[in-house]
Amino acid sequence: MKLKLKIWRQEGPSSPGKFVDYDMDHVSPDMSFLEMLDVLNVGLVKKGETPVEFDHDCREGICGSCALMINGNAHGPETGTATCQLHMRRFKDGDSVIIEPWRAKAFPVIKDLATDRTAFDRIMAAGGFISTNTGNAPEANSILIGHDTAESAMDSAACIGCGACVAACKNSSAMLFVSAKVSHLAQLPQGHPERAKRVRGMVTQMDNEGFGNCSNTGACEAACPKEIKLENITRLNREMVRAVFKD
Amino acid sequence: MASLKLFLKSSVGRKFLVAVTGLGLSGFVLTHMAGNLLMFVRPEAYNTYGHKLTSTPLIYLAEAGLLAMFLIHMGLALKLALENRTARAMGPSQNPSTCEKSARFGSQYMALTGVLVLVFVILHLISFKYGTYYAVTYNGVEMRDLHRLVIEKFKLPLYTGWYLVSMLVLFVHLAHGFSASFQSLGLFSVRNCLIKKLGWAFAFLVAGGFFIQPIYGYFYGGN
Ligand code: SF4
Ligand code: FES
Repeated sequence: MKLKLKIWRQEGPSSPGKFVDYDMDHVSPDMSFLEMLDVLNVGLVKKGETPVEFDHDCREGICGSCALMINGNAHGPETGTATCQLHMRRFKDGDSVIIEPWRAKAFPVIKDLATDRTAFDRIMAAGGFISTNTGNAPEANSILIGHDTAESAMDSAACIGCGACVAACKNSSAMLFVSAKVSHLAQLPQGHPERAKRVRGMVTQMDNEGFGNCSNTGACEAACPKEIKLENITRLNREMVRAVFKD
Repeated sequence: MASLKLFLKSSVGRKFLVAVTGLGLSGFVLTHMAGNLLMFVRPEAYNTYGHKLTSTPLIYLAEAGLLAMFLIHMGLALKLALENRTARAMGPSQNPSTCEKSARFGSQYMALTGVLVLVFVILHLISFKYGTYYAVTYNGVEMRDLHRLVIEKFKLPLYTGWYLVSMLVLFVHLAHGFSASFQSLGLFSVRNCLIKKLGWAFAFLVAGGFFIQPIYGYFYGGN
């Protein structure tokens, strides 16, 4: 299969950057999208050119590093799929494919397709955890959690922090990510002692990082590889209101 | 107090205020639309309703409240929208090529439709509230003959056309805005089945109701 790639190349954070065309022959439909880029890079190295920089790690949809905007779709055309799990059979012979980095002020481009997403780490550091004393693991049955609650908290916890929600959102809002993290702990008894402090800290950090304001467009939910639901955003808003009455 | 201040300064708190005022304004457009329908009962009913509404001193309070809601809604929403543009810096070079990955109907154009509604509201106030005063007397009470002015205006094709286009714009704004408010308030997600249906129904009802009057005025006015 032949493809026409149009890839964003940018030297560094402050260089202008531009699209460069690459023609790919012999793309196997069984390749993953990242393998296709590997093949491209091997070719570039052979020609003495600089390979295309892109983030990846686990290549099985669990780490959240792979982050590509493919033809305007965060993580490509498939729903509920990270870029690394996308296969070339989703494309047709002769297709042109535009590949860009996540575009958001809070995610500056490091090089080519790789972006700096440490803003998410700073949001997590502002409250996305529980403080417990270390020591022996407590007896599991001493805190009972209903099945539905556990499932729902687990669904929120499935967020891999990839940032596709920000990339897909016209406001570059990080609400889906933050709401998934807040929801995960707000639903479990272990998260309750720091509930108000957590949501306040994380939302304040989110705003300070320069992410936009959510306008409930739903683009994030549609792009999310882990199918994090908009209900989480509703819950985050509720948690913020609740925190007004708690100190 | 400190936590309230933090809330109102945060993105979530400001969106909360946009939602509260948005729902307040939704209530206003709904009653306005219902009031318009009185025209089809009798011109007298329509004019008397207008007269009663404007002759109670409470009207000043209501108008002040309405104006405050408008200003808060617009001011905050525009401020948020400008911040969002800064946060975006540069969008992807194209919109999602797959339909499943696109955003909710109307949600991408809230600032634009909102500004258009504002322009409409200003011109609308000039044409009607501050428009020509015709007097009519029912049972010895003199009041404004708004019915005559409405019919007169809607006989003009250009005016009717502009009015209908504006109502379509309002429809798009409400189609997203009404249901989205519930999410901003932390009550229901916009994906909630009931809220979704309610949102569409509300937008259809209001815009549809506002459609009847100009169409009637244009085709049957004066006969
Ligand atoms: S909510 Fe979804 S899209 Fe956003 S960071 Fe988490 S996994 Fe990625
Ligand atoms: S590389 Fe880890 S999720 Fe894609």
